[in-house]
Amino acid sequence: MSKSLKLYGSVFGGIAVTLTFAVNMADRFVAEAPEGLRTLTPLEVAAAPAPAGGFVAAAHAEEAPKDGPLGIGREALPEEVAAWNLDVSPDGTGLPPGSGSVEDGEMLFSENCAVCHGEFAEGSGNWPKLAGGEDTLANKDPVKTVGSYWPHLSTAWDYVHRSMPFGNAQSLEPDEVYAIVAYILFSNFIVDEDFTLSNENFTDVVMPNEGGFIVDDRPETEYPQWSGEPCMTDCKESVEITMRATVLDVTPDHGGEEAAAEPAAETPADAVEVATADTSTEATDAAPAVAEPAAAPAAADPELIAAGEKVFKKCMSCHAVGEGAKNKSGPELNGVVGRGIGSIDGFRYSKTFEEAHGAGETWTPERLHAFLEKPKDAMKGTKMSFPGLRKPEDIDAVIAYLSTFAE
Amino acid sequence: MSEPKTSRRAFLQGAATVAVTAGAARAAEPDPLITEVQPWAQGLGDGVDVTPYGLPIRFEEDVVRRNVPWLTADPISSINFTPIHALDGTITPQGCAFERHHSGAIELSKSDYRLMINGLVDKPLVFTYEDLERFPRENHVYFCECAANTGMEWAGAQLNGAQFTHGMIHNMEYTGVPLRTLLREAGLPATTEKWVYVEGADASSNGRSIPMEKALDDVLVAFKANGEALRKEHGYPVRLVVPGWEGNMWVKWLRRIEVMDGPVESREETSKYTDTLADGTSRKWTWVMDAKSVVTSPSPQSPIRHGHGPLVITGLAWSGHGKITRVDVSTDGGKNWQTARLAREGENKALTRFYLDTEWTGEEMFLQSRAMDETGYVQPTKTQLRDVRGENSVYHNNCIQTWWVKPNGEAENVEVS
Repeated sequence: MSKSLKLYGSVFGGIAVTLTFAVNMADRFVAEAPEGLRTLTPLEVAAAPAPAGGFVAAAHAEEAPKDGPLGIGREALPEEVAAWNLDVSPDGTGLPPGSGSVEDGEMLFSENCAVCHGEFAEGSGNWPKLAGGEDTLANKDPVKTVGSYWPHLSTAWDYVHRSMPFGNAQSLEPDEVYAIVAYILFSNFIVDEDFTLSNENFTDVVMPNEGGFIVDDRPETEYPQWSGEPCMTDCKESVEITMRATVLDVTPDHGGEEAAAEPAAETPADAVEVATADTSTEATDAAPAVAEPAAAPAAADPELIAAGEKVFKKCMSCHAVGEGAKNKSGPELNGVVGRGIGSIDGFRYSKTFEEAHGAGETWTPERLHAFLEKPKDAMKGTKMSFPGLRKPEDIDAVIAYLSTFAE
Repeated sequence: MSEPKTSRRAFLQGAATVAVTAGAARAAEPDPLITEVQPWAQGLGDGVDVTPYGLPIRFEEDVVRRNVPWLTADPISSINFTPIHALDGTITPQGCAFERHHSGAIELSKSDYRLMINGLVDKPLVFTYEDLERFPRENHVYFCECAANTGMEWAGAQLNGAQFTHGMIHNMEYTGVPLRTLLREAGLPATTEKWVYVEGADASSNGRSIPMEKALDDVLVAFKANGEALRKEHGYPVRLVVPGWEGNMWVKWLRRIEVMDGPVESREETSKYTDTLADGTSRKWTWVMDAKSVVTSPSPQSPIRHGHGPLVITGLAWSGHGKITRVDVSTDGGKNWQTARLAREGENKALTRFYLDTEWTGEEMFLQSRAMDETGYVQPTKTQLRDVRGENSVYHNNCIQTWWVKPNGEAENVEVS
C-alpha cells in the first residue's frame, strides 16, 4: 500500500519544486517565497486534511486490503434505482405491466414518430426505416429494419421507452410504448391489425431474424490466416487502379463552409450507393433544388404562411430555410419557388433532377404542388423518401411559407 | 483581420509548380523576410491573458473536425472526423478529436453528476463527481476508434481524405478510476460469469453490455483527458474508457453501471454495431478493433508541396489487441514493402506514429501501410476482408489503404488490384 503514499508524496513534492522554480525564474517581479514552502514528506501528506469531502484515507488505506471497499459513496435508494433501472432484457425482465393495441399505436406513431420514420414506418429521408426489408440481408444493400433485422423485441420496447421520440425522450407512458411497438410489429406484418401487445404476451412474439446472429468468429475465421511474416518483395505482378474516390465525388469540400473550390470532378457515374457510417442506414436521399435567382416572393396570406410553417416541421429534418440555410440530406430551400429544379451547386441530386435541371425546368407552384403530393410519382427516381403530404391545404400552406424565403 | 483564403485549387497549382524544381536550390535574390525588418521583429506582441484559454493560432484554422453531411439524417445524431492528415505525434488534442453523438452533446455539470452502480452487487451505490476523485486513480493513453471508421469504403474508394476515411479515431491520456475498483466497492458476486450494462445520461443512453472479464481488466471510469477535464462533446464530466474496443462502448456522460446475468441486447449492440456477412447472417459482439494503419501524409488533404528530394512519409498504426510491433510501407501499391521507423516503441492499445524517411523524384506512387501487432496479426487488404465478410459489414473495416500520389504531388484515395 505504501505505493499510494509514495504517489501522493511525489505529487506534492513535485508541486513544491515547481513553485520554487517559478519563484526563482521571476527575476523582474521578485516575490518572496511563501513562508514554510518546502517539500512535504509522505507522512505529512498522509496526515494533511483532505481539501473537501472529509478525510480521504491515504493513511486509512494503508491497512485496508488492496481491493477492499473504501466506504466512498452512499447506498442507492430503491426509488432511485427504480427511476434509472429501465433496461429490458430479451426474456422480458424489466418490462413494466401494461398493454397497447395496434390501433392505438397507429395514432401514437403518426403523432410521435412518423415525422422521421414515415407514416408506415417506412422511413423518411436518411432517418431509419423501421419496416420492410424482409429477405434483403444477403443483398448488395440490405435494408435493416425492426422487422428484417432486429433479433429481440425487447430492444425495440427498451429503445422507444428510453430514448424516443427523438428530442422528447422518456415522455411516453408504458401503455403508449406497448401500442407503438405493436404498430411497428404490424407494419412489418409480424402481427395482425387487431393485435394488442402486453407484458403478458411479450415473449410470445418471434422476431424473424432472431436466429440471424453469430458471436464474433474473427479469432477462428480471420486471425489465423492473417498472421505471420508478410511478403516484402515482388508480392504481386501488377498494380492497377480499380476505383477512384474523385470519380464518386462525395467528399465534402476541404475548406469547410466557404467551400474552397474543389476542382469539379467528373460527373458521378452511378447514383451514390454508400455504406453509411454507423447511424447508418439507407442510401442518401436528397431532394432537389436550387440556384437561379428566385422569383419575387409572392404576397401571401399570413395565416396560410403560419400554417405552412407548421407543416414545414415535417420537412425540417432534411431541408433548411432562412438565413444561413445549408444543405442537409435535402438541399436548402431558400427561393425554391420559382427556382430552377436541381439547381443548388454542390448538392447531389438524383438523375431525374439532373435531367430536369439540364432541361431548364423550374419549380412553379403547380409543379411543387404535384411533387409534394406524391414525390415519387411527380419525379420518378427522386431520392426524397418523404411519402408526400396528404392534404392539399397543407401543400398550399407550405408553398406559401416557402415563398417567403428569397434566395 | 484574417488572411486571404487560399483556395485548394490555387494551393494545388502552387504545389505543382514547386514540385518540378529540385530540392537544394540556390536563391536568386535575398529573401526580404530575412533582409528587411519585419513588423513582428519591431513592434510588440500580445500580453499574457489575451486568451486566458488558448486556441490554435489563426493560421491553423483549417485543422478542424469535419462532418460528412450526407452520412446521417441530422447532425444531432451524427459523427465528425479528426483532422489526422494535419496532426503529428500521437496525442489528439481534445478540441479536434472526433465527436459521435446519438442525441447531441449534453451539458451536465459536475454538481449535477451522479453515477449509480446497481444490479447483482452487495449494495447498490450512488457516487458524486467528488466521490470519484477520492478513489485511487490511474493514467493511461488509449486510442478510441469508432467501429464505423473506414466503414464508407467497403464498396469502394469513396471519401477523398485521410480525415474522412480514417478520422473516427482519437488518442488521449486518460485519468480515471478503474471500473473494477468501483465494482468492488459495491461488492461483486463470486462468479465472473456476469456482464455489466453501462449507460449514459443523455437521451440516447447508448447502453452497452460488457462481459465482466473485460470490466475487471482495464476499463476506466475517466474524468480527465490530456490532463484537463473532458470536453462536453466527449462526455464531460465522466466517460467510460474501454481500451482496444469499439468507440460506441466508451459511454459518455456515464450515469449507471448495472451488474447482470446476461447482455441487455440493446439497440446499440443488435440493430447497430453488428456486422452483416455476405450470406445475410451477422456477427455480434465484435468488440475488439483489429490492427490497422494509415498514411496520414502525403494524403489527399496533405499533398506534397515541396520539390523533389527528401520526403517524409508518416502515418498512424494501432491495435485493440495490444502493441504495434511493426509497420511496413509500400510506395508501389503493395508489390514491395519497406519497414518504417516507429517514432517510439508501440504502446498498449494506443496510437503509434511511424515514419519512412525517403527520396521522391516526382514519380507516381501508390502509398500503402501495413501494421502488425504483438499477436502476430498482419493488417489485411480490402480484398482479404471482402473474401471473408462480403461488402455489407459497415463496421470494422481495417483494410490497407491506398493513396495514389501523382507527379504533381497531389494524392487521391484509390483502390488497386
